[in-house]
Amino acid sequence: MTTTKPGVDAVIIGLGWTGSIMGMELTDAGLDVLALERGEDRTKEDFLYPKPADELKYGVRLSMMQRPRQATVTIRRNQNEMAAPQRHWTTFHPGNGVGGAGAHWTGVLYRATPTELSMKRFADETFEPGFLPDNMNIQDYGVTYEELEPHYDFFEKVAGLSGQAGNVQGALIEGGNPFEGPRQNPFPLPPLPRTLTDTLFTDATRKLGWHPYPYPSANVSEAWTNPYGMQLGPCNFCGYCSNYGCLNYSKASPQTCVLDALKRRDNFSYRTQCEVTRIVKSDDGQTVKGVLYTDGDGNEIFQPARLVILAAFPINSVRLLLLSEVGKPYDPVSNTGVVGRNFTYQLTGSVDMYFKRHRFNPFINAGGSGQVIDDFSPDTFDTARHGFIGGAYIYTTQGPSGAIGGVKVPPGSPSWGSEWKANAKAHYGHHMMLGSTGSNMAYRDVYLDLDPTYRDPNGDPLLRMTYDWKENDLKMTQFMGDRMRDIVGELKPDYHTESIKRVGDHFDPSHYQSTHLTGGAIMGTDPNTSVVNRYLQHWDAHNLFVLGASAFPQNMQHNPTGTVAALTYWSAKHIRERYLENPGPLMSAQG
Amino acid sequence: MTDQPNNWQRRTFMRQSFLTIPAISAVASVPLSAWAQDDTPPLSEYYPRFFEPQEWAFILAATDRLIPADDNGPGAIAAHVPVFIDQELAGDYGNASDWYMDGPFLSDLPAEFGYQLPHTPAAVYRLGIKATHVYCQRQYGTSFAALDKAQQITVLEALEAGEIDFNALGVADLPSQSFFAFLLQNTKEGFFADPIYGGNRHMAGWKLLGFPGARANFLEWVDQYDRPYPLGPVSLKGLQNR
Ligand SMILES: Cc1cc2nc3c(=O)[nH]c(=O)nc-3n(C[C@H](O)[C@H](O)[C@H](O)COP(=O)(O)OP(=O)(O)OC[C@H]3O[C@@H](n4cnc5c(N)ncnc54)[C@H](O)[C@@H]3O)c2cc1C
Ligand code: SF4
Repeated sequence: MTTTKPGVDAVIIGLGWTGSIMGMELTDAGLDVLALERGEDRTKEDFLYPKPADELKYGVRLSMMQRPRQATVTIRRNQNEMAAPQRHWTTFHPGNGVGGAGAHWTGVLYRATPTELSMKRFADETFEPGFLPDNMNIQDYGVTYEELEPHYDFFEKVAGLSGQAGNVQGALIEGGNPFEGPRQNPFPLPPLPRTLTDTLFTDATRKLGWHPYPYPSANVSEAWTNPYGMQLGPCNFCGYCSNYGCLNYSKASPQTCVLDALKRRDNFSYRTQCEVTRIVKSDDGQTVKGVLYTDGDGNEIFQPARLVILAAFPINSVRLLLLSEVGKPYDPVSNTGVVGRNFTYQLTGSVDMYFKRHRFNPFINAGGSGQVIDDFSPDTFDTARHGFIGGAYIYTTQGPSGAIGGVKVPPGSPSWGSEWKANAKAHYGHHMMLGSTGSNMAYRDVYLDLDPTYRDPNGDPLLRMTYDWKENDLKMTQFMGDRMRDIVGELKPDYHTESIKRVGDHFDPSHYQSTHLTGGAIMGTDPNTSVVNRYLQHWDAHNLFVLGASAFPQNMQHNPTGTVAALTYWSAKHIRERYLENPGPLMSAQG
Repeated sequence: MTDQPNNWQRRTFMRQSFLTIPAISAVASVPLSAWAQDDTPPLSEYYPRFFEPQEWAFILAATDRLIPADDNGPGAIAAHVPVFIDQELAGDYGNASDWYMDGPFLSDLPAEFGYQLPHTPAAVYRLGIKATHVYCQRQYGTSFAALDKAQQITVLEALEAGEIDFNALGVADLPSQSFFAFLLQNTKEGFFADPIYGGNRHMAGWKLLGFPGARANFLEWVDQYDRPYPLGPVSLKGLQNR
């Protein structure tokens, strides 16, 4: 039996980064807002020292993540394979519980470049016709860097972004990233202090003629009070950062930056252990009327709402749209439909260097500390000459932080016994990594749909990923591998090992890549090729807004959350200033 | 499930184990006082929650080979790695309570698809130890634990290389290298995880590396390049090993 609760102005599905931000904006506008979160409640007290300093619980058993038993994802590389479920997470780490992945993210906080938001235009202007493969589906976001800039700026203040600006109002600043889009303001806080790996990287890349700058970090460098009155304290490089909640009020998260302020508002409420199973369509065919959810006791509840905000993280949001039959599912054969189309991920590569002469103390690290070059971004060099579109940033960060995950022994040496033990002891703390984090273009045969075989405990089909690495993106990654070898050449380690994908390699979900899952419910200006319009409003239901990186038409080189947050504020602005007064489509199709 | 010893048995055990451990602690390089707060009972007194006696004998011997005590310090036995594995397997991890365990199980997919076997970690151990036992009986006429060290190493290497056909030994859907991978991974976890989970006793694993455990506060050390960090580890419970 389904119980119906009293209606609310707005229901938010998922209380992570985007849900929290939208909660602030809509309560500001005077709406009565309810958030439904599938996982458990989590407050800053859950992260008090020493609780997070537990590598087994958080870093290995992944206790903050979505439980695969609840819902997982099936994966195959092409349409001829049968997809198999991720039985426990290996390739990515989706969040669960209040704060979402925002409670345990790393805190590297970037903007998109102006080019990345208008990739299709850039491609048309830059490449000869026929250069890009036919099955590549590049699109523009439909929103420009100039439009998003004030929202990036505001979120960076919410998060206490620490680092060095490279371009303030068009003036280039030494030591910052000269390839970033112009910002109206410098960073709120200075960069984090520099580790040994930072210094080695900076010297080497300068010698190579490149432009190193500090990772833009939402692990804050100094005390900070954000626009919501929330306070952050300087990061102490505790070494339990990525995959962990912060024990020090230093990592920007929904908990540290938004939720205490939001929970104080009378017109906000939230319910945890409430898993939304359907978005319910109205009979008028133009709107939705609320959501169905299952509470912690297994009761099925209908929650009516005038506005539905889907903020459940890309893979969950796309699945809910498919299960709810809102929007036309993508069909790769006929190349029609939109939900699940343009699913993208991230192309990463890494190098590990061993230096007998250096002692890095890798347990001294912060997720957002490190140094980066953007010299090989999509628009900073002639990628056509190298046979691809796209780019990557190359970086170093100190680590690996834990003991279980921190042991490295020479390649080819035993992985157990006395020799392993001697190597573990001698080599610990002598390693430095280089990484590349790169763009991923969208392709016609890479997409999300519902799995025909595997189901969750409610009997609903799991989400199926059909995903493989493509030649264009692999060429890009190989190019970045060569650049990392240039850095290795400067630094002259005793030896190094590489994990760099090559043309011909196929997606390997048995290893962690990143949790930057993007696309599947993309934004745009044409309802035939996008799920939401440029305000993140659903084309087929004007009172449904879909937030998050599911909106990215293809993935950029940089980490997604800055853009995810900026898009949320951008969407909120148009809901507040235009939609509430005059509910209806915020734009018409521009085919 | 093995019954817990009652208090009387427990005390007898403790007296015996004190008697049978002569001056080892006096030889240890670390002063006893450093871990004086650590009151975990010795391994001889531990009653496994998950493992049956014969399985326990295998785990004691196998982990001792994987991380032996040697010139570089204590190994898996002194660090109580078997206790860690036993407790993990008796709990949520052993039961795969967070894992997606609905079929069909496509066990013969390439390794890139990650774990696809139909077994919980607890079942992997139960079946893997059983098959290894049958193998040792056929090959050597005795149990793994009764083999000499060199023979044990040979068997572990064969497991690791997937050279022992468990199917032929009556255990289906479990490549020997998968069993070995669990054993090795959990052994290392038990050596390096916080002592709160039963292993890494006296923070032996952390001492080996120079890893400071749960100290988690290093701001003034960020720019001290190429200098060894001077402080020994602390654990979640506040134990120290200088
Ligand atoms: C280990 C890790 C490191 C990362 N590092 C970085 C980084 O350095 N930089 C960066 O930019 N990004 C990083 N990310 C990505 C970043 O965390 C996400 O981009 C960000 O959290 C997305 O916000 P969101 O609101 O879309 O999703 P989330 O913050 O994940 O929130 C979604 C919420 O919805 C809930 N939910 C899902 N389905 C339902 C349902 N059916 N009913 C009710 N609730 C539901 C979830 O439980 C979750 O709480 C990282 C992610 C991980 C996992
Ligand atoms: S490294 Fe800094 S930001 Fe990260 S968890 Fe530790 S104190 Fe928090």
